[in-house]
This record gives sequence, structure tokens and C-alpha cells, in this order.
Amino acid sequence: MKSIKNHLSLVIALLSILFSLQVFIIVDRSIDSYKENLATTYSVVVVSNKRLDDKAIISSNKIISEVSALTPDGVIERLNTGMTKKNMELLKLTLPKFYKIKLTHYPTPKEIESLTKNLLKNRSITKVENFSHNHDTTYKLLLLFKTVISVFSVSMFVVTILLIFKELKIWQFKHNERMSIMGLFGAPTWLRSAVLFRLSIVDALIASALAFGLFAYISSSAWVLEQFNYIGIKIVIFDPLYDFLLLLGVSVFLSIMLASMIVLGHKEEV
Amino acid sequence: MDKVIIADNLSLSYSNNETIINKVNFSINSGSFIFITGASGSGKSTLLKSMYGALKPKEGSLVVGGVELRGVSGSKLNFLRKHIGIVFQDYKLVKEWTIEKNIMLPLIINGYEKTVTQNQVDSLLKHVRLKHQAGKYPLELSGGEQQRVAMARALSHNPILILADEPTGNLDDYSSQLIWNLLEGANTQLKTTVIVVTHHIPETMNIEYKHFHIEYGSIHEVN
Repeated sequence: MKSIKNHLSLVIALLSILFSLQVFIIVDRSIDSYKENLATTYSVVVVSNKRLDDKAIISSNKIISEVSALTPDGVIERLNTGMTKKNMELLKLTLPKFYKIKLTHYPTPKEIESLTKNLLKNRSITKVENFSHNHDTTYKLLLLFKTVISVFSVSMFVVTILLIFKELKIWQFKHNERMSIMGLFGAPTWLRSAVLFRLSIVDALIASALAFGLFAYISSSAWVLEQFNYIGIKIVIFDPLYDFLLLLGVSVFLSIMLASMIVLGHKEEV
Repeated sequence: MDKVIIADNLSLSYSNNETIINKVNFSINSGSFIFITGASGSGKSTLLKSMYGALKPKEGSLVVGGVELRGVSGSKLNFLRKHIGIVFQDYKLVKEWTIEKNIMLPLIINGYEKTVTQNQVDSLLKHVRLKHQAGKYPLELSGGEQQRVAMARALSHNPILILADEPTGNLDDYSSQLIWNLLEGANTQLKTTVIVVTHHIPETMNIEYKHFHIEYGSIHEVN
């Protein structure tokens, strides 16, 4: 029972670090996926007094992926109150040309500004409508969300590291006596600290396995999948190979660091 | 005769810089049995600590088993300690290990084979009359039994030198006699040098021994 309790304290600390790390990864993936969604619906409208060459527009800025002309037929239809066909054609010629520009990804405010400037260099283009106000609001919301989650993850990480340091003191006290006794009989450092490293690696493996179970469950939970579908995001919540290896690596690294600090801080009793 | 310990103008002090042992000179022949006595706080345990390198000489030189302990490196000290058996007044057993594993410790450190280790531990457990307690943990044993385990551990790897710090200080007569018999046996049969720090030399000693007394930081041989 005592041994389980000893293991639990480090396992829980490691598990909370792994939890905050994976949550951060999920949020990052969600934001990227949401940006992709926004990119498909977001477009810039260009008004020109001449017909434009699509290739010329695409080459004016690298984030432009597609240009399509907006036909004025609908507007002219509404204006058609007994106009002759000839007059209609004449009207069509005098109307400005509208183009819808699709982008490769959801742009940053800077990219929008640069895109607008590049397009306006073309003398035929009289106006660029980039819906910057709407864009800015959405983009800032995304950034705010990401920052909040980052701050949450970092603070959870810091608190857990502090917990681990407290655990380190307990471990130091617990293992000091054994390490000192072994040292009195000439045990080299690696042998004195072998138990400590074995314990910490076992704890790291337990924490990683628990994190794997937890996120495997979350990623297959119908309720969680429904929430992601509801906001139109399709992401890998937990990659059983890549994410697990990352969590395992972080957990083993932290526990080995903890054990190394105890070994380095060990002082022989006099 | 070979000298197992040579102290030359040896001074010892703890971190508060108060000198406990002051410029002492002595040597101990290999295979001898030595008692070191002195009043409480005279520095006899401090001197013993310096012999296994837990306290480095402040001044002078201390050579144990051919290793100069002043400024000794960690690996050389480990090498020396592998050939020393130490018995402490407070036993210093690893509480979370069985007594069998505690006795095995020096054998594991010295890289003995598993079968040799097991045979040696079995034989020692028989010698210290604790065969039936092999799987128990130190805190399940009495003080006398714990000291017998510590004694078995000190003898397990056939060391060249045994250092014992008041080994019978808190023990009953039966355990004390058993400890003295084991120390005598190690000295006479295995030719192990034995140095014992104690308040009283037992009257039942059947072997030849030397007696050093520490007073006011100096050491002198008592005839």
C-alpha cells in the first residue's frame, strides 16, 4: 500500500504534465483545422475597371490560390425594365468587373495588408474589399483562445514541476540512507542510483500508459467527437503512435532528470 | 610485517574547524587486532571514520591499504571500501531490503557470482544464527539480531580490514559474545585486520591484541 502511494505521487504529477501537453496539442490542432475551414470560406473581392488576367493576379501575391470573375448578370436582370438587348450589352461593358480571390490559407492581418497593397499596384483595380473588420475579430478571437490555453498549459506545467520538486525532496530523503550505505561498501554511483532510476522509469511508463488510456478513451468518445463535429473541426485528437511516443519521451525525460538531480544532490553522511 | 594503516602527522576536524585529532602518528600491522578506547567525544569514532574515507584528513597523511586518503578520488575510495568491512553502532542496514539482501550487498558490489553469493550468505546466516530469519526485514529484528546481520555483511566479502564502531554498545550478552567470537574468528582464521572502537575491552578475549587510547586529540599505545 505504501509502495503504491509512493509511486502514485510521481505518477500523478507526470500524468498532469502529460495531460496539459496533450490538451495543448489538441487545441493547436483544432485552431489549425479551424483556420483551414475559415480559409475556404474567406475571400477577397476586387473591383476593376478592366478585364483582368487571372494569372497576373495570382502571381501578384503568393497566398492567392484562385481567382474567379463575378458575373454581373444577376444585377443587370434586376435593372432590366424594358431595355433593349443592345443597351444591355452597352451597360455590361460600362459596369466595373468584380473578381473573387480565394487564398491558400487563413491570412494574418499583415498578409491581408500586403495582399491589398499588391493588388492596388495594378492601376485597373479601383477597390479591394478584404472584410478586414470581420477578419480581425475572428483572428483575434483565435489568438486569444490559443493564448489562454497556452497560459493554462504553462501554468499547469509550472505547478506540476513545483510538485515534482517537492517529490524530489521526499525521494532524496528516502533514498539518501540506502545510497549512503551502498557508498560505504564501495558501490559506484551508477549502482547506488540504479534503484532510483528504475523506479522513476517505471513511474514514467505507468504515467504514459495512463495518459494513453485516457486520451484513447477521449478520442473515441461519442460526446467529444460530436462536439468537434458541431463546430466543424475534424482533427486527430490522439495519435496512438506519434502522440504516445511524444508523451512517453517527455515523461521518461522528466523522470530521468528528477532521478539525476537526486543523485547529483546526494551527500554522504559524515 | 606489512602495514595496513599508516598515519603521519594526521589531524582531523569537522566543518566547524575544531581539531578533534591533532597530529597523530601510528601504524597498524596487517593481521593485527586493535582496540581503540577513549572517553565519549575523544575522537575515536572520528578516527575510525577517517579510515574508511568518510572524513578526509585536514593535515598530514593517512594511508589505508596502500591508498592515501588525503585528496583521494571517488573511484579510488570505492576501490578501497570494496576491501573493507564496516560495523556501525547503529547497524546501518537498508530497511527496505531483507536481511539476506543486506548481507549480499558487498558481494553484489564486488561482482561475485550469484551462486557464490548465495552460498556465502547461507553460511554467514548460519554463523550468526539467523538462518530462520533470512526473509525478514531489519526492523522486524531485535537490536542484537540487527547487529549480527551487520556483522555478517562486514564479513561477507572476506575483507582485508574490518572497522567496528562500538559494535556491542547496545547489545545483550549473548549477541555481544557472538560478535566478539566472529571478530576473533575473522582475525585468527582469515588473518583479517580488525580495528574496534569501544568503551570497554571484553575480558573474554582469547587472542593477542593491541590497545590504543585517545585523549585530548592524541593517541598512545597502552601496554
